[in-house]
Amino acid sequence: MKQTVNKEPSLVNKAASAFIVAVVMIGFLWFSVTSIGLELDFSTLSQYRQRLWEGFLMTVIISLASLIVSLIIGSLTAIGQNARILAISYFCRAYVQIIRGTPLLVQIYFFYYIIGTAWGIDNRYVAGVVILSIFEGAYISEIIRGGLASIDHQQYEVAKSIGLTPAKTLQLVTFPILMARILPALTGQFASIIKDSSLLSVIAVIELTQTVQEISADNFRMFENYFFVGVLYFILTFSVSMLSRVLERRYNHEYRVNQYL
Amino acid sequence: MNIELINICKTFQAELVLKDVSGSFDVHSIAVIGPSGGGKSTLLRIIGGLLTPDSGTLKMDGEIITFSKKYLHSYRRNIGFVFQSRGLFEHLTAMENMLLPLVHAFGMAKSQAIEISSKLFERFGLSDEKNKYPFQLSGGQQQRIAIARAVAVKPKLLLLDEPTSALDPEYTAEVLNMLGELQNDGLKTIIVTHEMGFAKNACEKVVFLANKQIVESGDSSQIFKHPQTAELQLFLNKILEWKV
Repeated sequence: MKQTVNKEPSLVNKAASAFIVAVVMIGFLWFSVTSIGLELDFSTLSQYRQRLWEGFLMTVIISLASLIVSLIIGSLTAIGQNARILAISYFCRAYVQIIRGTPLLVQIYFFYYIIGTAWGIDNRYVAGVVILSIFEGAYISEIIRGGLASIDHQQYEVAKSIGLTPAKTLQLVTFPILMARILPALTGQFASIIKDSSLLSVIAVIELTQTVQEISADNFRMFENYFFVGVLYFILTFSVSMLSRVLERRYNHEYRVNQYL
Repeated sequence: MNIELINICKTFQAELVLKDVSGSFDVHSIAVIGPSGGGKSTLLRIIGGLLTPDSGTLKMDGEIITFSKKYLHSYRRNIGFVFQSRGLFEHLTAMENMLLPLVHAFGMAKSQAIEISSKLFERFGLSDEKNKYPFQLSGGQQQRIAIARAVAVKPKLLLLDEPTSALDPEYTAEVLNMLGELQNDGLKTIIVTHEMGFAKNACEKVVFLANKQIVESGDSSQIFKHPQTAELQLFLNKILEWKV
């Protein structure tokens, strides 16, 4: 009798496959660069390392702050979309539709130069975080709303029947189930926040992209500068996706099962 | 234990589900039977404090159930409820499912809760399933764990809403055996069921609910042999037609 066993791919297979992918990608890049006769020289970047570091830190700070604020906005509007008071429900739905339906760049100009000026918000860093949070909050709102809607209504009825209070139900039932379901989408959104923060350079928030624009005006090495900054953004988003794997495992009950099997 | 229903009415989205349901029952073990859509589950949920009737009065041992939030919260803790299916928390293991009400609704110490749960798992042959998640358990095991969870808190009354209708015959027998055993221990139960054998042999009383009302009720030994109303006769003929 022949048995089919799901085996992990062998180490050699893994290494060879990774090697092939790396060769193809690097080869393609190298071919493209050499075919237009471009010579990359990254050495000039080292003199700007202090500014790059500060820009990098600013991107991290803005992203983290926006993550927190957008989670709050997203949670509130997700619940608000189904509010019994119709005005609240309409407001939350309109917010999500309008923000998701317009480009971030337009929103940055609109909120900063019209709303921000009208209400006297001068600090461009605060404004940047608020604008980015409003933008990302709409996406997070939909992620949370979808997650909540996917929870089987009977789980709440079970909670009711065993005598859990609404607060305990939220803590012990809704939250853990919701987290297991939305965490992958949520961390993806966090990676988006990091990348989208680069657009705040248009209101002269001195984060990574704005720093690199200033450096480019100084050393005229556009390609090297942007290539390098791309790598920095990738380091950030890759860390987020690694972190999300760890978190997903923690919340994913199916993974926990494997400890017993 | 006595349950008294006085003119209970319930509508869902303008559709009347229960119409002036009245009756007084001494509960030891009652089976509620009747055609689908007759309002059986709704009535059971009202008795369990999970739904509030639009009008009417529910009395338990003479005490009026007020259906206020606060009252219901403590009322529900004294009543076990078993659903048709998917009655376990999907993100918790069998053991965690058992511990949750004991620890978080009754404030019991965890060690004591584990002891009670382990005993129940052992008694019903579920010890191997302790650390499994609902999706790893068979339908029969899920229902038995749901029943074990409901009785762990020593409820005054256990309500079961078609606990075997999603199960195949083998699992159905498993679950009904467990229930019969608990009833013999003196647990008071009301079960909505399509298992006429169980209603007839394991339950003392039968209530026949059809057309939004209680049409007939009485001792199970009598009601199957001598149905009085035309509705019940028709219903029994229909469902017993293909009996072995």
